Amino acid sequence: MNPEPIELITLDTLLDKVRAKREAGCRLVQVSATRLPDQVELTYSFDLNSRLASLRLSLPGAAPRVPSISGIYGCAFLYENEIHDLFNVQVDGMAVDFKGNLYKLAVRFPFGSTQAPCAPTGAAPAATPTQ
Amino acid sequence: MPRTIIPFGPQHPVLPEPIHLDLVVEDEKVVEARPSIGFVHRGLEKLAEKKDYVEFVYVAERICGICSFIHGQTYCQAIETLMNVQVPPRALYLRTAWGELSRIHSHLLWLGLMADGMGFESLFMHSWRVREKVLNIIEATTGGRVIFGSCKIGGVRRDMNAETIRNLLQELDAIEKDMRQITRVFLDDNSVKSRLSGIGVLPKQEAHDLGCVGPMLRASGVAQDMRTLGYAAFKDIGVEPVTRAEGDCYARCAVRCEELFQSVGIIRQALEKIPDGDIAVKVTGNPAGETIARTEQPRGEVVYHLKANGTKNLQRFRVRTPTFANLPAMLKVLPGCDLADVPMIVLTIDPCISCAER
Amino acid sequence: MGYFEMSKLALKWALTKPPTSRYPFEPRRALAGSRGQLVFTKDSCVYCTVCAKKCPTGALLVNRAQKKWAIDRLRCISCGYCVEICPKKSLDLSTSHGSPAVTRDREFH
Ligand code: SF4
Ligand code: SF4
Repeated sequence: MNPEPIELITLDTLLDKVRAKREAGCRLVQVSATRLPDQVELTYSFDLNSRLASLRLSLPGAAPRVPSISGIYGCAFLYENEIHDLFNVQVDGMAVDFKGNLYKLAVRFPFGSTQAPCAPTGAAPAATPTQ
Repeated sequence: MPRTIIPFGPQHPVLPEPIHLDLVVEDEKVVEARPSIGFVHRGLEKLAEKKDYVEFVYVAERICGICSFIHGQTYCQAIETLMNVQVPPRALYLRTAWGELSRIHSHLLWLGLMADGMGFESLFMHSWRVREKVLNIIEATTGGRVIFGSCKIGGVRRDMNAETIRNLLQELDAIEKDMRQITRVFLDDNSVKSRLSGIGVLPKQEAHDLGCVGPMLRASGVAQDMRTLGYAAFKDIGVEPVTRAEGDCYARCAVRCEELFQSVGIIRQALEKIPDGDIAVKVTGNPAGETIARTEQPRGEVVYHLKANGTKNLQRFRVRTPTFANLPAMLKVLPGCDLADVPMIVLTIDPCISCAER
Repeated sequence: MGYFEMSKLALKWALTKPPTSRYPFEPRRALAGSRGQLVFTKDSCVYCTVCAKKCPTGALLVNRAQKKWAIDRLRCISCGYCVEICPKKSLDLSTSHGSPAVTRDREFH
């Protein structure tokens, strides 16, 4: 039923697998997250000659951590900020970190396991001109 | 050289929708651009917990006001894969024709905005004059001007009879003639050419690495078009991706101009070959499983990631819209350009911010 | 490369009638098949509540005991789903869009 292959991976092989995709010349199509009762599932989808292939990572716990892939695919920072803002997943080492301010939300982490009303957390990171 | 930060947006004459950029400029050159989006996040993905999967077609159509039809179509396709529904061929052909009509109206809208952005008001008016004719066709055949509402799970809601099809094809000939006149101005006129050529250049390799989609990717020379995947009636109607090698703003404009005529050709083929038969099948039960559906929107590839567990409500509804994928590339080409070129570069990705944030 | 490509087009349209109409003096002609306002026919309705249950925006309220049918015009998106499923064909979409709703009241029938 599912024509797109999804490969299950673990946290420590994530970066190697993504790097291999990059070396094979794949385009990053999307990174999406799904909140399941006791875990968060991350899906990294890649395109090679209009063929889709995905990597699937399961992260147990309410507020898991995951390393950023934005060092390999620069464009991943938007997806990762989104996953942080909506799912309460800590992404370490994002190329551009909005620190939870990508989306202006009424509820903090709407897809998080516990939904807390949004407390103001300071302004969005301003561009810092270097003299 | 001292540096200054110039705020661009969220309210700006060229922006119909809110996106904010902090432009760090050195004299007149942009050296860094920091984006800030999220002003219009609507939480549509969360809404899947409240609306059941049949009602959600209406929500999917309202993700974007311009590429509304293809959103609905992609959502229906994804659900149909999950539930193993065989859509009647006539419905597939109608979907294709409507999808291409929406591409024409979206591209004409963009051409108008582009002309408006560079101060060519009369060209803007003429683009939208032609767009109005397309909207009339859409309203006459589906009932809505931009929210078509004609796609449903298992098929389509409305049929076109032979006379409607004949009138539509006639009208299309007139529209094509009008579009030829307008695109001649866009592609040949010296003023447009010198405004757009050579700015915002995105090389082929970078476009691919930054995950660009749609006209942005094709203007940099990568021949990728999701219509070649053969969804709906594209398995019978071939599509050759329109590409350009230059990768600048002019190339993106040219790709969209050529796609107008490609879409006219597809509509003609689809409506001439359209098979007879039912337009919808009855769908019962609830979806289960997981699927990723991709289609080509006017702005590029859209990705629907659906996960269902056999209940009425989807477990996860996730959309990656084309603008979301094109934003990193826009940020990449901004450094190094002139401040006066920023509006052009921002416009050429065809930004649709509220669908990027959903 | 061309010069003054636009002037031919501009000249042509300067000499032709404008394609726009003089709204509001000349009201817009509704196209056949356009989805406009929802029209309710009281006589044939059996108050089965199907339409209220299925409306995706929750614009309809039907009370079977009191035989009341109500619509919140500001919520209705003229999708036509209720028209499709009404067993008595009591609902229809007219092609005109009706007058604008100015208050958030329900209209009772
Ligand atoms: S579905 Fe039709 S018959 Fe039933 S309550 Fe609604 S309008 Fe009346
Ligand atoms: S047309 Fe659609 S939104 Fe309006 S009342 Fe009927 S089902 Fe509800």
